[in-house]
Amino acid sequence: MNDRQRDTTLLDVQGLRIEALTPSGAAAVLVENASFTLKRGEVLGLIGESGAGKSTIGLASMNYTRAGCAITAGRILFDGRDILNLSEREGRALRGARIAYIAQSAAASFNPALTIGRQVCEVAIRHKILGKAEAKQRAVDLFRTLELPDPETFGNRYPHQASGGQLQRAMAAMAMITEPDLLVFDEPTTALDVTTQVEVLAAFRKLIRDRGTAALYITHDLAVVAQIADRIMVLRHGKTVETGDADDILQHPRETYTKQLVAERAAAMIGHFIADNHAGEAPVLSLKAVVASYSSLNRAVSDVSLELKRGETLAIVGESGSGKSTLARVVVGLLPRESGDIDFKGERLPPALHERSRDTLRRIQMIYQIPDLALNPKQTLLEIIGRPIEFYLGKSKEEARERVLALLRQIELPESYLLRKPPALSGGQKQRVCIARALAAEPDIVICDEVVSALDPLVAEEILGLLRRLQETLGLAYLFITHDLSTVRRLANKVAVMRKGEVVAYGETSEIFSPPYHPYTKLLLSSVPEMRSDWLDEVLQMRSFRD
Amino acid sequence: MLNLVLKRAALGLITLWAASVLIFAGTQILPGDLAQAVLQNNATPENVAALREELGLDRPAVERYAEWLGNAVHGDLGTSLVNHRDVAQDLAPRLYNTFFLALYAAIIAIPLSVGLGVLAAAWQGSAFDSAANAVTLLAISLPEYFLGYLLIKWVAVQWGLFPVLASVTPETSFTERLYMTFLPMLTLVLVIMAHIMRMTRASVISVMSSPYIEMAVLKGLAKWRVVVEHALPNALAPIINVVALNLAYLIVGVVVIEVVFVYPGLGQSMVDAVSKRDVPVVQACGLIFAAVFISLNMIADILAIVSNPRLRHPR
Repeated sequence: MNDRQRDTTLLDVQGLRIEALTPSGAAAVLVENASFTLKRGEVLGLIGESGAGKSTIGLASMNYTRAGCAITAGRILFDGRDILNLSEREGRALRGARIAYIAQSAAASFNPALTIGRQVCEVAIRHKILGKAEAKQRAVDLFRTLELPDPETFGNRYPHQASGGQLQRAMAAMAMITEPDLLVFDEPTTALDVTTQVEVLAAFRKLIRDRGTAALYITHDLAVVAQIADRIMVLRHGKTVETGDADDILQHPRETYTKQLVAERAAAMIGHFIADNHAGEAPVLSLKAVVASYSSLNRAVSDVSLELKRGETLAIVGESGSGKSTLARVVVGLLPRESGDIDFKGERLPPALHERSRDTLRRIQMIYQIPDLALNPKQTLLEIIGRPIEFYLGKSKEEARERVLALLRQIELPESYLLRKPPALSGGQKQRVCIARALAAEPDIVICDEVVSALDPLVAEEILGLLRRLQETLGLAYLFITHDLSTVRRLANKVAVMRKGEVVAYGETSEIFSPPYHPYTKLLLSSVPEMRSDWLDEVLQMRSFRD
Repeated sequence: MLNLVLKRAALGLITLWAASVLIFAGTQILPGDLAQAVLQNNATPENVAALREELGLDRPAVERYAEWLGNAVHGDLGTSLVNHRDVAQDLAPRLYNTFFLALYAAIIAIPLSVGLGVLAAAWQGSAFDSAANAVTLLAISLPEYFLGYLLIKWVAVQWGLFPVLASVTPETSFTERLYMTFLPMLTLVLVIMAHIMRMTRASVISVMSSPYIEMAVLKGLAKWRVVVEHALPNALAPIINVVALNLAYLIVGVVVIEVVFVYPGLGQSMVDAVSKRDVPVVQACGLIFAAVFISLNMIADILAIVSNPRLRHPR
């Protein structure tokens, strides 16, 4: 590609407006007056929280809207052609062939019934770009470029036979096999562990740089977009906040909202450690050499010893599959331990849930990752929060109601929400309700399992603040399970780093997160993206150096 | 996966054994004395005693059950009490007729209803979808004998296209059979189509909302490819199950249709035998029906296991 071609506009979106028809018949505006242009070979990052309309814009540039949505104004020129007025057949000829899509969860976006190779080659074959044999060869080449294992035979695998990171790269192969002019990346690394994210991000960047492919890169993570985008467009509630050079936006944001986002992301990486000010106190919870497993073949948790004191936060960090959630299930008794001891306030806890007294159950409560799944959508907040008060504390209906109102004040929700049901609440509000439900039992220990991972950064920050305030007033002890190291820095007095069911590092946060690091902690820490555009290069260089 | 299949097969055998116990017990607790019922007017006390001894009715039930099951496993289903002929030989042509009609109906109904179900799912909410739903629902709402009589009235009597009676004999040629059994086949097709079509439609629709279907659309594939190649393989398990249930119905549940069209199938034999208290025939029919029902369900479960790539290709 020569320079003249590189300078031509590939995608020109002007005044785009996308509306959704709600069940009541009223239209909700998802995207309002979005305008941007994309040159050949350029990468534009679309940044924003959930509901900002970034995925909707990404899909619209493929002339695709999800069920119930419609483009009601504006125009989209792709390579000089107005794609909104194309026939179904012409639109189809564009999708997959000249504009390709890379979805958030490759595990869900690969068809479980077909082999990966078939799904990768299919695009090129159906668009009559390549013959069967050529497509297969090109797929193998792409698998090799993307450093997938056994590139010759990788295509014979079914999706469940590959890991999340491998699938995400295979999806890049599926998108690139037709050598499209434009790629739409829709949060492609959000579902991955940090260490995997680095590899996948590097693979994506190499691919689009080598081939000069233009891309829309949709993400909520500023640090990720810093590594890959030339320009950034910040969106909020469907409206454009600002657009500019990637470095400009990240280093010198102009709009308040962008400043907030940048400040929030920056705070994640600096800030002071919380000191361990509980030395000498007796622990409320202590685990000694705990072992547990789901099947006899492999141990999910092996030989874990930890202590948690009143008013203290112990963070359990690790990647998916490290056994951190299993550990929570063992503590609450959902998964009985095989051996080892768990002492609660000096008393031995029986392994299984049904062997524990109601009072013990009351004292250890749990908050889950996805509030939508943890709350019964048909119950009012009064029923949800009032139930543990009646069940554990034996209060009457009237007393419970008073207590629920007090709890609503405590979690900073208006009392008028008493008779609302979960579907009428936002994600952050639902998580607050889950917190209130846990508090209603008046527990000593609250186990928080990835409680902010499903929330947008600014909302997550509010929830963490609430948890901190509650801890100060009530003296709660938190067992805080997370894969997000920045949350740990801001919240935890102590950290246990888990890997493959074992605790590889355990101690005060300031100790664990300062040199000398345990090698695995160092790998995790170095994998957390930073907002400098040269961060990815540095990490890759450091790792190749080490190899 | 082999492990799972073997387990399922073993479970099928156990179920069949349990069914044999129930069938045998059921024929034992029929009210009245069997010997008396068979002898009717000749039931003098001496005759009754002699017959009881001949039939072995004076021996304990467990012993008789063991003997009966042992013989049945070797293909010996006993002798009829009414015409004193070998039950297995007597029932063979009847069984053939039953399978013939079931297969005839299945070969037409299954592809048709799965096809219609897929189309209805692809054009969800369209006029075609509503029409297909309405027609099949109407067919399933009518009692099967009524449906049979309606077809006889119009197709056979008024238009004279097909014969009213399907009284085939072992000498009837294959093509003649197809012609004679057309109306009972059509009735059965109408009865089972609604189940299969609606299940196919619901199953495909639930798969159509998966992210991998959106991905297939975004790859620019034609709509029929998205539905047939990407959605259908993932919607198979419930479809296989409903097909198996309906196949089982075609074999064990069609006695009403046999009566309406005077078709000499196994169901009629069983009803006749019950009224004549011909216990060996009743037991044989019961056992055959149970075996068919259990095998079909077992095959469906095994197919569902085999059609799951996670089980077929473990990590």
